[in-house]
Amino acid sequence: MSDSFEPQIIAFCCKYCAYAAADLAGSMRLSYPSNVKITQVPCTGRVDIVHLLRAFENGADGVYVAGCMEGDCHFVSGNLKARKRVEYVKKTLAELGIEPERVEMYNLSSAMGPRFAEIANEMTARIKKLGPSPLNNKKAA
Amino acid sequence: MSKDVIGSVMVVGGGIAGIQSALDLANAGFLVYMVEKSPAIGGVMSALDKTFPTNDCSMCILSPKLVEVGRHKNIKLLTLSEIESVAGEAGHFTVTVREQPRYIDMEKCIACGKCAEKCPRKVENSYNQGLNKRKAAYVLYPQAVPLKYAIDKDNCIYFEKDGKCRACEKFCPADAVDFKQQEKIHTLEVGSIIMSPGFKCFDPGIYERYGYGILPNVITSMEFERVLSASGPYEGHLVRPSDKKEPKKIAWLQCVGSRDIREDAHGYCSGVCCMYAIKEAIIAKEHAAQDLDTAIFFMDMRTHGKGFEQTYNRAKKESGVRFVRARVHTVEAVHGSDDLKVMYSTEAGELLTEIFDIVVLSVGLEISDEVKSLAGKLGVAVDADGFAAAGSFAPVVTSRPGVFVCGAFAGPKDIPQSVMEASAASSASAALLASSRNTLTREKSYPSELPVGGEEPRVGVFVCHCGTNIGGIVDVPSVKTYAESLPNVVFAADNLFTCSQDTQENIRKAIQENRLNRVVVAACTPRTHEPLFQETIREAGLNPYLFEFANIRDQNSWVHQHNPEAATRKAKDLIRMAVAKASLLEPIDSLQIEVNSNALVIGGGLAGMSAALNLADQGFKTYLVEREGRLGGHALHLGKTWKGEDVGAFLSDFSKRVESHQNIEVLRGAEVSNIDGFVGNFTTTVQAGSETREIQHGAVILATGGRPLETNEYLCGQSERVTKWHELEYLIENEPEKIAKAKSIVFIQCVGSREPERPYCSKICCTASIMTAIRLKEKKPDMRVYILYRDIRTFGQREELYRKAREMGVIFIRYTLEEKPKVEKHGDGLLITVKDHVLGRPLQIPADYLNLATAILPTEGQKQIAQMLKVPLNDEGFYLEAHIKLRPVDFSTDGVFVCGLAHYPKPVEESIAQAQAAATRAAGLLGRKTIDIEPIVSVVNEEKCIGCGLCEMSCAFGAIRLKKIIGKGFRAENYSALCKGCGVCAAGCPQRAIDMKHFREEQILAAIQAGGAAA
Repeated sequence: MSDSFEPQIIAFCCKYCAYAAADLAGSMRLSYPSNVKITQVPCTGRVDIVHLLRAFENGADGVYVAGCMEGDCHFVSGNLKARKRVEYVKKTLAELGIEPERVEMYNLSSAMGPRFAEIANEMTARIKKLGPSPLNNKKAA
Repeated sequence: MSKDVIGSVMVVGGGIAGIQSALDLANAGFLVYMVEKSPAIGGVMSALDKTFPTNDCSMCILSPKLVEVGRHKNIKLLTLSEIESVAGEAGHFTVTVREQPRYIDMEKCIACGKCAEKCPRKVENSYNQGLNKRKAAYVLYPQAVPLKYAIDKDNCIYFEKDGKCRACEKFCPADAVDFKQQEKIHTLEVGSIIMSPGFKCFDPGIYERYGYGILPNVITSMEFERVLSASGPYEGHLVRPSDKKEPKKIAWLQCVGSRDIREDAHGYCSGVCCMYAIKEAIIAKEHAAQDLDTAIFFMDMRTHGKGFEQTYNRAKKESGVRFVRARVHTVEAVHGSDDLKVMYSTEAGELLTEIFDIVVLSVGLEISDEVKSLAGKLGVAVDADGFAAAGSFAPVVTSRPGVFVCGAFAGPKDIPQSVMEASAASSASAALLASSRNTLTREKSYPSELPVGGEEPRVGVFVCHCGTNIGGIVDVPSVKTYAESLPNVVFAADNLFTCSQDTQENIRKAIQENRLNRVVVAACTPRTHEPLFQETIREAGLNPYLFEFANIRDQNSWVHQHNPEAATRKAKDLIRMAVAKASLLEPIDSLQIEVNSNALVIGGGLAGMSAALNLADQGFKTYLVEREGRLGGHALHLGKTWKGEDVGAFLSDFSKRVESHQNIEVLRGAEVSNIDGFVGNFTTTVQAGSETREIQHGAVILATGGRPLETNEYLCGQSERVTKWHELEYLIENEPEKIAKAKSIVFIQCVGSREPERPYCSKICCTASIMTAIRLKEKKPDMRVYILYRDIRTFGQREELYRKAREMGVIFIRYTLEEKPKVEKHGDGLLITVKDHVLGRPLQIPADYLNLATAILPTEGQKQIAQMLKVPLNDEGFYLEAHIKLRPVDFSTDGVFVCGLAHYPKPVEESIAQAQAAATRAAGLLGRKTIDIEPIVSVVNEEKCIGCGLCEMSCAFGAIRLKKIIGKGFRAENYSALCKGCGVCAAGCPQRAIDMKHFREEQILAAIQAGGAAA
C-alpha cells in the first residue's frame, strides 16, 4: 500500500519565516514531495485548532504548522501559541483513534531552505508509514 | 547659501548604512540617487551568514529593505556606478557619475538565470570570497536588488575573442543581452551628499607567519561567513576548503591587522571582530555534524555592546567555545596533511602547539584606497587611519559643508551603530534641505475603486510561464484550461512573463473587459511580486486586497523539476486553493489616522537635547521634559570627549540654543505621570511641582538617561580616598593641591559590571579611566598610576589612548572575577592587594586615591514610563528596541523612539547620533497629516463576544481590550492603530467572535477544503 500511497499534506506556513524558507528551498532547487501544499498565514498564531481538524476532514493525511524559530516570532509569541494548539490537536486525534503524529509543529528561520525540504520529506515519510488517514480510508472504502 | 536648495540627495554606497539613509530621506519627501559601484546593493551585510548578538539570519533581515529600495518611487538606483567629480556647494551640488555597462538590458532581464547557465566561462566568485566559481554572466547573489544579471566584461569570451561565443544572447528568452551597451555619464543636481562607502577587510597576506594565501585552510573571517552561509560555496555545509572535510577543530585568531602598529597593519581596534568570532564559533558548532572544538585566541575580549557580554558568557558556558588569551605567532602546515599547526605562547611564557583543521583570521576593517580617493574627489578630509574626520558633537558632519558621512567610513563600527548614523545623516540632510521637501518627489494617484460588494465573484486567473522556469516543467496551457473550469472563474490567460510591462496592461484590460472583481496570479512568489500585481489591479480600479497569489514557481516548478506531471498536478491544486480563497476576498479600506505634529522628548540630557533641537530645526513643536532643574544630564560632569573636545564649552552653548529655540518648550523640574493614546495621538500628563499639564503629541522620544551604580564595595562611601567616576576629575580640577601631593593613584574597572547580577559591560569606563590616568601622568609624570582591569575595551580608535597610557607608564594589571582586588585603609591612605596576571602572585599597592568605574544603570522611573507606553525593557532594565540591528531607535509600538543611555551605556558621539536618528524617525511620522496603517487587522463581532478577555490577554500589542458596555458587561474592542495583524486573538477566541481581515475563517477554510479536493 505504502508504495502507491501518495499522502495529502497541508502545511500552514507563516509569512515571515517558513513561507520564505519554502521559497528559498525552491530557489536552491531542493526537491521534496509534491503532495505537500502550503497555505500562507500571517503568523502561525493565526492557525486555529479548527483549521487543523478541518484539514483532516477535507482529506489531508497529514498537517503541519511551520513558524519562526522560538523566540524569533515577528509577533512575539504566535509560534508558541501555535505549538500549544498543535499539542492540543494531537490529543484530540488520539482520542478519536487517529495517530497524533499526523499533525506536527516545526520551527525554522527564513534562511533554512534545506531544512524546509527536510521537514517536507520527513513528514511525507512519516505519513507514508502511517498510511492514509482513517477518515480518508472510510471514504475510499 | 542661497535659498533655492535642491530637494534631492545623493547616497554614495549601497550597503546597510546607505540603504537606511536613502529610505529615511525618500520617505521624508526627498528624491534620492543611490550610487553603488557593484551590480547590486546590499554591501557586506548581504554576504554575512548571521548577525550578532541575536544570530538573526543577515539576509532575512536585510532583504525587505533591499526590496523597499528597489521599488521606491523616489529612489533612483545607479549600479555599476562611481562618482567622477563634485562641483558646487551645500544645497546645490552638481555630481558627475560614471556608469559602467552591464551588457544586460535591465528593462528586459527577467532574472531567469539562463545566461549564467549557458555561459561557458567560469571565473572566481568574488562574492563568495573566491571560494568557488561563478560564470562571466552572473547575478551578484540570489536575492540581489536589482535582481538583474550582468556580464563581467573582463572575463567574457565575447570581449576576449572579438564577438565570439554569444551563448547568453542566444539562450536569453527575454532578448536582454546587449553587447553594444556603452559607459554612461550622468550629471545630477543634488542638495546634499551622504557618503556611506563602507569598509574593506584587511588583507592578511602580509603576515607570512599565518600562511594566508599559501595554506588553503587558513581563511579570513569573511570567507568563513560564506562557508557558513546556506547560499555560500558549500551551501552551508561546514567543510574546509582544501579537501571538503568536515572539521573537528577550528581556531580563530583575533586582531589580525588591528591593534598592531606595524606600518602595513592598523593601530586601531576594529571594534567588531571579537563579537563576530564568537558568533561564528557558536554557529559553527551548531552547523557541525560532529563534535566541533572551537578556540578563539585573543588579547582582550571586547564585548562592549548591548547583549554582547551575555553572548560571550553563553559561548563559554553553554556552547563550550574555548577562549585562549594568547597571540599566535605562527601557523604552519602539518607535514603530509592539510591540517594546521598553531603555535602560541601563554601569558606564563609557556610555548604551546595545537593542531587545527581550519584557522580563521579575524581580519579588521580598513578604508580602501578607492574610498580615500573618493573622499579626495569630494573634498572630504580623512584622518591618519583613512576614516572621515568627524567630531563627537556632530558625528555625521564632514569637513565639506553639505556632505555627510555614516557607517564604517566614519570609523570602525557594527551594524546598529551604522544604521543610527545613517538616520542621523538623513536628519542632517533633511534639516539642510527642509525648504525643498516634496519638490522633486512624486506621489502616485489611482482611479477610484469600483464597488464590488454584493457582486458575484468574477475571478480572472493569469498563469505565468516565467520563460521556461515554470513553462519548461509545468504544462501551462493545460493548467490554464483547468483554471477556466473552476467555480467563479470567468477569465484565464497564460503569459510568457506575467510581470512584464505589457502583461500589466493586459491584466488591466482583462479586468475592464471581463468585469473581473478578483484576480489570481499563478507565478513566482508573492514575497517579491505581490505588491506589483496589487498595484496593477489598483490601477484598474480594484481594491488591492482582491488579489491572491498561487506560488507555482518557487514552491512548485523549481522543486519538482524532475517530475513535470506532479508539478502540473500541484500547480492545478495550488490554483484551485487560490481561487477558492479569492472568491471570498473582500475589499479592505486603507486605515488612516491623523497625526498631531508635536513631539515630546523625555529627558534633557545630551541625547534628549540633541533630539529636541533636531526636531525643532525641522519645524516641529517639541516639548522637552527634564526632571532636574537644569538641562545637561550626565554631560554636566564630563570634561573632555575621548577625541579631546571640551564638553563643558559645547554644552553651555548647546543648552542656550535649546532653551531659546522658538519651537522648543522646556519643562524643568517636571516628571511624566501618565501617557495615553497611540501613534500620532498621545496625551501625556506632566507634573511640575504643583502644576499639572496635559500635552498632546504625535510622537515621543525616550531619552531618560542613566546613572552610576552606588556601591559600598572597595570602601566606597567609607573612605574619602575612594571616589567614583568623575569625582576624581573634580578633585584634579578643584583641589589640585591634593592631587599634587599624591604619589600613587589606582583605578578599578568593572565595579558592578560584568558580574552575575549585572552581566553587561558598561562600555565607556575603560576609556574614561584611561583618559583620567593620562591626565594625571601629564600633570605629574612621576606619579604611579595603576589601572586594575578585566579586559581593556578601548574599542575603535580609542585604542590610541590605551597605547599612549602604556607609553606614559600607566601600569595595567588584570584581575579576574574570582580574585578581585582587596582594598583596606592603610594609615592615611589605602592599601590595595591584587594578583598580578604576569607574575601570578599578589601585589600590594599603596594608594593615595582609588577611583572606581562603577556600572552604568538605567534611571529609576524608566520602568514606569515603559509600562505607560507598553514598551519592553531588557533584563537589565534598559529599553529594548524593535530590532537590535536594523531598528535601533524604534519600538514595535509605533510612534515611540529611544536614544542615549536609556538604551544602553554609550559615549557622547553615539548618544548624539542615536538622538538624531530618533529625531529622523519621529520627523518621518510628524511630517505627515495622516498615516496609513496596515489594514489587515482583527475585527470583533460584538454580538458573539462574551467579554471573557482571553483576547486581551493573548495580544502582545495591547490592540484588543475589554470595554464596559452598559447592560452587557464587557466586550472586546479593537484598537486597529495598534494591531499588527498576527491573528492570535482570532484563533484563540472561544466564541469565534473575532475574525481577521484577509485571513478570515471562511477564507482559510475554503483554501484548505480546496486543497483536499483532488484535481
